[in-house]
Amino acid sequence: MASSYELRCRECGKRFDIQPLSICDDCFSPLEVVFDLPAIKSKFTREAIAQGPWNMWRYRALLPVPDSYIPVTPSGMTPLMAAPRLAKRIGAKNLYLKNDAVCLPTLSFKDRVVSVALAAAQGFGFDTVGCSSTGNLANAVAAQAARLGLKTCILVPADLEPAKILNTQIYGATLVRIDGNYDHCNRLCSQIADRFNWGFVNVNLRPYYAEGSKTFGFEIAEQLGWRLPDNVVVPMAGGSLITKIRKAFQELIDLGLVEPKTVRFFGAQATGCSPIVQAVKKGGEHIEPQRPQTIARSLAIGNPADGPYAARAIRESGGWAEDVSDVEIVSAIRELAETEGVFTETAGGVTTAVTARLYAHGRISPDDLTVVAITGNGLKTLDALDGKFEQLPAIRPRLADFEEAYLDRIQPGRAPAQPAAPAVEGAYAR
Amino acid sequence: MPVNVLLPNAFQKHTNGTREIKLEAKNLPELIAGLEANFPELKQHLRDGDGKVRRFINFYVNDEDIRFLGEDKYAFKDGDEVLVIPSIAGGCC
Repeated sequence: MASSYELRCRECGKRFDIQPLSICDDCFSPLEVVFDLPAIKSKFTREAIAQGPWNMWRYRALLPVPDSYIPVTPSGMTPLMAAPRLAKRIGAKNLYLKNDAVCLPTLSFKDRVVSVALAAAQGFGFDTVGCSSTGNLANAVAAQAARLGLKTCILVPADLEPAKILNTQIYGATLVRIDGNYDHCNRLCSQIADRFNWGFVNVNLRPYYAEGSKTFGFEIAEQLGWRLPDNVVVPMAGGSLITKIRKAFQELIDLGLVEPKTVRFFGAQATGCSPIVQAVKKGGEHIEPQRPQTIARSLAIGNPADGPYAARAIRESGGWAEDVSDVEIVSAIRELAETEGVFTETAGGVTTAVTARLYAHGRISPDDLTVVAITGNGLKTLDALDGKFEQLPAIRPRLADFEEAYLDRIQPGRAPAQPAAPAVEGAYAR
Repeated sequence: MPVNVLLPNAFQKHTNGTREIKLEAKNLPELIAGLEANFPELKQHLRDGDGKVRRFINFYVNDEDIRFLGEDKYAFKDGDEVLVIPSIAGGCC
């Protein structure tokens, strides 16, 4: 390899120089970035990483971006939070959240992949970038393209959540609304990419884009003190993230940054769009496409490109996959917010609900160290919670009204206070 | 039944740059055979070692994935447009 990385076909192994290309011209299978790990070993050490910025670019030696690229957006390095209250609810003892609901700049893990894709796009000289998206990716491309001064062409299903549409348009992006679902957007996107010399992050830039997901895994390991968890629970749409976290862990093992360990991977989908889960449950890798029907729009990809690889990663790791209903998704969004103070979008509801089920079914042992991937922010899918909260009548600004209407809700069983008695020293006036 | 077939860039190395072709085909197997007859070089790339069409190649009839229409059993209608897309881009997580 002239560079420290190259493109390689995931099926036939054919090698390609670095270029904006995602499909093998021999077998039409997807291409992947492969790093020359021995050449990187001296650069990618715990010490070198510790010297880097407190964001995903601290791992740039294992990201496929030009050497000359100067990062402009500090994405990544989101909190890895212990989740003891959620753990108690679901029968876990050692549970963590990797919280990309607060990833910069657009509050989803997509900021990571777009950071890498647009760095590559600049290196290839594209002046226009785009994507097909279920929303989060659109937001991320729009924001980071604005920061890099690139033109945009972003395709989304017309019925996308209003917040995700607004959160794309605010950055001045050209938003192309498609009368169809995500798979329709994707198809048109492939045709546009074939016709015009633009950089589409999830088409011709896909191999570069996908590598950005590895930073989610690198961070988990570093934040755990350079060790790997026992299990990771990951939401699946196209199926890329779960395979890239696994790749990240393997690269860390190969480079000697963590002790070798078999981490089990668990995939989460909504029942209304669960082609990868169905493949896992049937024990294979064959993906039967579905027509998505779920509130978890960011996971609603009926024909997941990385589905076979995701199913394989889960199976090889000794993990499992589950799907949950829309009702369970909403309950889980609330449960995560109420127990851990993290407000996630529908995809995070899927992951949380699936995690609870995995513990309930004994797929994960209570003592295991398990990390749950929270990939997006609840403020973007407020419509999923429409009508879920009762609004009490407004009260007059009087203490008696407050005690009458609210006290029992705040502290159930507590009677309204008597007129205050004089304080007694040594006692607590209640 | 004449069917208009749109080919992706990835095929063009094996189709002398042809992007679009009209083929007589009643169904998908006939359409694939027609492609292979017109572009013999494409055949070895289109099929895997077992002779099966590679799993990353998708066929769409008008706006629909042919797998939702019955796949091999779907009978092409006059004016159908078939779009071939290899390894359709994967989206989110």
